[in-house]
Amino acid sequence: MTRSALPGFAIALLLLVAGLAFAFTLGRYPIGLGDVFDVLLAKLTGHAAHVPPAVESVIMQVRGPRVLAAALIGAALAVAGTAFQGLFRNPLVSPDILGASSGAALGAVIGIYFSLGVLAIQGIAFVGGLGAVAAVYLIGSAVPSRDPILLLVLTGVVVGALLGAGVGLVKYLADPYNQLPAMTFWLLGSLAATGVSDLAPLFGPVALGTLVLIALRWRMNVMSLTEEEARALGVPTGPLRVAIVAAATLVTSASVATAGIIGWVGLIVPHLARSLVGPDFSRLLPAAAILGGGYLLFIDTIARTASGIEIPLGILTAVIGTPFFIWLLASVQRTWS
Amino acid sequence: MILEGRGLAIGYRDRLVGRDLDVALPEGEVLALLGPNGGGKTTLLKTLLGILPPRAGEVRCDGRSLAATSIRDRARLLAYVPQSHVATFAFPAETVVLMGRTAHGNLFSRPNAKDRAVARSSMERFGIVHLAERPYTMISGGERQLVLLARALAQEPRFVVLDEPTASLDFGNQGKVMREIRALASLGHGVLFTTHDPNQALRFADRALLLRQGARIAEGPVQTVLTEGNLGALYDAPIKTLTDRDSGHSAFFPA
Repeated sequence: MTRSALPGFAIALLLLVAGLAFAFTLGRYPIGLGDVFDVLLAKLTGHAAHVPPAVESVIMQVRGPRVLAAALIGAALAVAGTAFQGLFRNPLVSPDILGASSGAALGAVIGIYFSLGVLAIQGIAFVGGLGAVAAVYLIGSAVPSRDPILLLVLTGVVVGALLGAGVGLVKYLADPYNQLPAMTFWLLGSLAATGVSDLAPLFGPVALGTLVLIALRWRMNVMSLTEEEARALGVPTGPLRVAIVAAATLVTSASVATAGIIGWVGLIVPHLARSLVGPDFSRLLPAAAILGGGYLLFIDTIARTASGIEIPLGILTAVIGTPFFIWLLASVQRTWS
Repeated sequence: MILEGRGLAIGYRDRLVGRDLDVALPEGEVLALLGPNGGGKTTLLKTLLGILPPRAGEVRCDGRSLAATSIRDRARLLAYVPQSHVATFAFPAETVVLMGRTAHGNLFSRPNAKDRAVARSSMERFGIVHLAERPYTMISGGERQLVLLARALAQEPRFVVLDEPTASLDFGNQGKVMREIRALASLGHGVLFTTHDPNQALRFADRALLLRQGARIAEGPVQTVLTEGNLGALYDAPIKTLTDRDSGHSAFFPA
């Protein structure tokens, strides 16, 4: 092991813990940190908590699920972004490069247009994300090319644009008073409606995809070299690319289906993680997950506390992300060429 | 063990680059591939590595068809040193060398203690242990080439194939890298490299293969093959020889 990654992991963990404390205590109903520990400890040990039932209900039913979802989604988007940046050998790639977000968006607005239930909308969005990436992958592999990676990215851009047109059409047809605001809100990303029932369908795909990526961590290092080098080093790049795209898409689609489109997290957090622990995926993936979780916890807490109305997450991540990214471009160029 | 291509037609799906090529490289020997740009050097090299399937004919290593050998087994026979390049991510040089060990593990494994020891001794062999923690993107072109050589050695292959190993190096580093390449052969590896410099072939290779427009112009021991006549035909330009009367060494230059 080269340069120690311990300080980097310590910083990331600190941010996550601070994000958790921040998210649990702040809100329209402020709760002391002691009460939070009391309730969580009581739940773990099976005893009764020494706090008013209202506080316990806020922690367990309202804030708890949202906090967990924010941490999971932040981690998921960061992990997917890390995987895609390595796979495409390009630090400017984000998890929706292959159309996962636009596919999910089209699914969601169609669901809203037909006034389906929340679970159905999430289901369609999830399937839409997976379907869009599968279509991109099939088209990209069917066209003969000497640069399969570039072709895949270009196909993703083209299909994404088509799906965007589909979203535009559905918005144009939608009822401007009942449906359009819901669509807009969804497209900007929010965790306001997250409840306990959202956690299992989110956790399953995120855990599965992340485990696959972590299992392939060393092969992902090698695949960030050129295609020919990776093959000459003994890595079957074709099948592994399918596995990595599938895992990262699973993770992204589950996140988008739960919270709508939250941009920037999957683009910025991998950079931050790389500057903390280096480019080796065996350290980068866990560091990005921890950092992404902490990051989205902060963002979501600001989203629900900064003003009287909820600020959409996508807007906050863009407002924070843009200057941050410009700073990254200027200062952290040494971590990539 | 011998790496050989018989009756090879080489090229891409839409373009045939060369045909009727025979190549044989035994272990312990250095073969130089010479020829003008677009003559098929790199295409032939990729075909011999198994990166590019032959359009006709067959590449065999140790009597076994490369096409029938898995990617992982191939990597344990043949190492590839690409033209000096800049990686996207700033891996430490040691990690780049460790990547040479990939084919010795399974799909989910990371390098173990043995792999680290092999990588370390391979870096010692090329005198680059001091670069271990340096980001690969921050070291010089010559150092990068040595890191790639160390990676190839760590792969523990039987043959090492290099694409213009000195293309982007300064004069001093060219000599250093070529001497190390020659040393690979004395360790028992079969070595194949492409070059634009006939003098490099003359000094560091045992045999040379001259390739023009996908066809073989000459092949054999460097002393007999590298002549004014052959080189003139190869590059379609007049070539002169300078010979040092004391040492008997000669060098070519374009007239």
